[in-house]
Amino acid sequence: MLTLLFDGVAYGMLLFILAVGLCVTMGLMNFINLAHGAFAMLGGYVTVVLMQRHGVPFLVCLPLAFLASALMGVLLERLLYRPLYKKPHLDQVLFSIGLAFMAVASADYWMGSQQQIMQLPDWLRGRTELFADTPFVLGMGHYRLFIIVVCAVLTVGLQYVLSATRFGSRLRASVDDARVASGLGINVNVVFAATFAVGSGLAGLGGALGAEVLGLDPTFPLKFMVYFLIVVAVGGTTSITGPLLAALLLGIADVAGKYYIPKLGAFIVYVLMIAILIWRPQGLFVRQGGKS
Amino acid sequence: MSAHASLLRSARWHPLELVFWVLAFAAPWVLSQHALIINEIAIVALFAVSLDLVLGYTGIVSLGHAAFLGFGAYSAALFAKHIHPDPLLGLVVGMVASTVLGAMCAWTIMRGSDLTRLMVTLGTALILLELANKFSDLTGGADGLQGVMMGPLLGQFEFDLMGQTSAWYSLSVLLVLFVLARRLVNAPLGATLKAVRDNRLRAMAIGIPVIARLAVVYTVAAGMAGAAGALMAQTTGFASLDVFAMDRSADVMLMLAIGGVGWLYGGIAGAVAFKLMYDVIANITPQYWTFWMGLFLVVLVLVGRERLIRPWTWWSAPARKEEAP
Amino acid sequence: MSVDFALQTHGLVKRFGGITATDHVNLNIAHGARHALIGPNGAGKTTLINLMTGVLPATEGRIVLQGEDISRLAPHQRVARGMVRTFQINQLFNSLTPLETLAMVVTQHRGEGARWWQPLGYQALITERAEQLLVQFHLTDVMHQLTGHLAYGKRRLLEMAIALACEPRVLLLDEPVAGVPAGERDELLQTVAALPSDVSIVLIEHDMDVVFNFADRITVLVNGAVLTEGTPQEIAHDPQVKAVYLGTHHD
Repeated sequence: MLTLLFDGVAYGMLLFILAVGLCVTMGLMNFINLAHGAFAMLGGYVTVVLMQRHGVPFLVCLPLAFLASALMGVLLERLLYRPLYKKPHLDQVLFSIGLAFMAVASADYWMGSQQQIMQLPDWLRGRTELFADTPFVLGMGHYRLFIIVVCAVLTVGLQYVLSATRFGSRLRASVDDARVASGLGINVNVVFAATFAVGSGLAGLGGALGAEVLGLDPTFPLKFMVYFLIVVAVGGTTSITGPLLAALLLGIADVAGKYYIPKLGAFIVYVLMIAILIWRPQGLFVRQGGKS
Repeated sequence: MSAHASLLRSARWHPLELVFWVLAFAAPWVLSQHALIINEIAIVALFAVSLDLVLGYTGIVSLGHAAFLGFGAYSAALFAKHIHPDPLLGLVVGMVASTVLGAMCAWTIMRGSDLTRLMVTLGTALILLELANKFSDLTGGADGLQGVMMGPLLGQFEFDLMGQTSAWYSLSVLLVLFVLARRLVNAPLGATLKAVRDNRLRAMAIGIPVIARLAVVYTVAAGMAGAAGALMAQTTGFASLDVFAMDRSADVMLMLAIGGVGWLYGGIAGAVAFKLMYDVIANITPQYWTFWMGLFLVVLVLVGRERLIRPWTWWSAPARKEEAP
Repeated sequence: MSVDFALQTHGLVKRFGGITATDHVNLNIAHGARHALIGPNGAGKTTLINLMTGVLPATEGRIVLQGEDISRLAPHQRVARGMVRTFQINQLFNSLTPLETLAMVVTQHRGEGARWWQPLGYQALITERAEQLLVQFHLTDVMHQLTGHLAYGKRRLLEMAIALACEPRVLLLDEPVAGVPAGERDELLQTVAALPSDVSIVLIEHDMDVVFNFADRITVLVNGAVLTEGTPQEIAHDPQVKAVYLGTHHD
């Protein structure tokens, strides 16, 4: 059972890193971006290509995946997303679905529709067991442990940037009220662009990290989009601890659900989500008085 | 013209509308080799019109409208298979089932933000997908529900392979429900919905019970989608899991994007345009048609539909809306 | 608790986190009153209106309309009982024409807003009332234009017309002449003055000329609490009020 918890936490942390960019975009630009998963997919494919065709070591691929997705994010934000910030949510949904479809079809064209196999370096394979021979056996796959560590470091880093740096306070001001923030001299456009880039970059990193655990094929953006949206909807967009907790909850629920009641699997997650959203429409962890 | 007359005039049928419907009903006879496609278009147009009621008249951004399509399809198919093969009875069953589901869902989506609503509607469709998948003894699971044999329509007209009966059946249902929707939209109820859509705060401030109205329309739209689903199952003899899929919801949103949200013919125009586009593009690049569809959506939203259909405006700056001082 | 007052609030409080926006406000609006609510910016006047209309839930206190406690009623239910407001920033329906807007509001007010089979305007009585309002508010020349395209002055008139179409018993006007050009201003004020005497009016206003011309009673709100209340004469000579507005003695 502890192993399940461990796996769930790993899954949840991964989902958090994948989805945190979406949370901030949603909270900052009030933009529903259903193409967020495409940035994750980009990171995954970049890693696969670099590793398989150019023999780049795995650890080096990770920051490169981040960069690739971040750059793509900067480009698309400036050219395509920015004109749409003020548009109604319906238009944003239509636009980002279109973008997602383009990404899916492009991936299919360039990389083929099969699942990509990740060749993990030897030191990441294997598994350690603690408390073996007890009911509380904790089986830790080394790769999942690696994921947890990397994501935890990133989370701490993010929290630090948000609360202790000037950029972080500019970002928080812009989230609270973009008009007032720009009246205070904060260059909101730069904040938006930088945030979008980092969010997309993190998604790319998550895609690279997750390729082994979640699988990587052209349908990735659409398959996992629902999970990212659940993290945002349940976790709220006013902090990053909310989405973190939501992602962990989701990860654990999904893993546990699939293990204990395999017949229903993902069904549990959806029902739980709907129940939570009916009970707390603004998200489970939103502080009172937050913007909707 | 007096105020009274001018208000009534906008509700009256325009001659072009009558022409359109006459042509639509003539099509299965004149273009008899395309009767199957006409049937498909009629069904998907009905689905699009029902979604238009939600997107265009309630402002609820729903990604899960396919839930009602699928629920209606499976209800009608199961009814025909296990209880009675009469098509009209099955149609009613499908509609009632979806209406009930819609009423239940309406209650869940009234609170929260656009994102909350998006997720709840999407979640509902996905839950139904999972349920249909898991209860495969009943629904046929991933293989779908096969062998739905329909009795003759009105006791007289057999569903033939040519598809003409199907086409006229679907067109008739489309027309009846369309007339219903049209009256609703031009009635005081429709006007209050437009008010809610334009300015919810003010709508409340003039006494409109916003949530109740939205719930009513959402439920009606669910019933209409259920009718489309029932038609689909009945005319193809088959119900499969992909009625619940995101693809369906996305396709129909594209239709409305093309045809226009907020006017009922948008669904029909969009359905026709979509099918034509699909046939043309799928013939050229069958595998990557989603790419071109995605590109089209992106361009459509960036440029705006009005400008897209007026190529001469492509090279000027977009018009700015006046803001009150 | 008598029915002597059209509208009363008892100990109304609204807190947002640590901020007390409305601080134990007791208001008594008499029948047929022309009651003005004044105070410096940020005094909480609009918050008070939002509390009375139900847009904001109160933290504490009660609201009584025509002797009935309406504190728990939803906004649309309060409107049905005769409490109607206008907004400081125009809140209109941009995709409808003034004619359609007023016909819709009148229909809704008559309890027929849920009719779905007959077209809007099927009842001559309704369109007649809508036309009456259009004439009263000088909107007949623009009645077929989309509200979104109207000039600001006309929009302000429509804003008021919508409120009147609800046949209010108690009318809450939030800075009705804000931003209105001088000529149309007088028109608007005359229309307000010409309202039937059984309609009780609460007016939020900054322009003291308007206030003193219009009101028979004035409540002064500062920092969410009632500073004082009285006749225009009393308020005009109240040193506390002068201090609040001007900061120093004024000769």
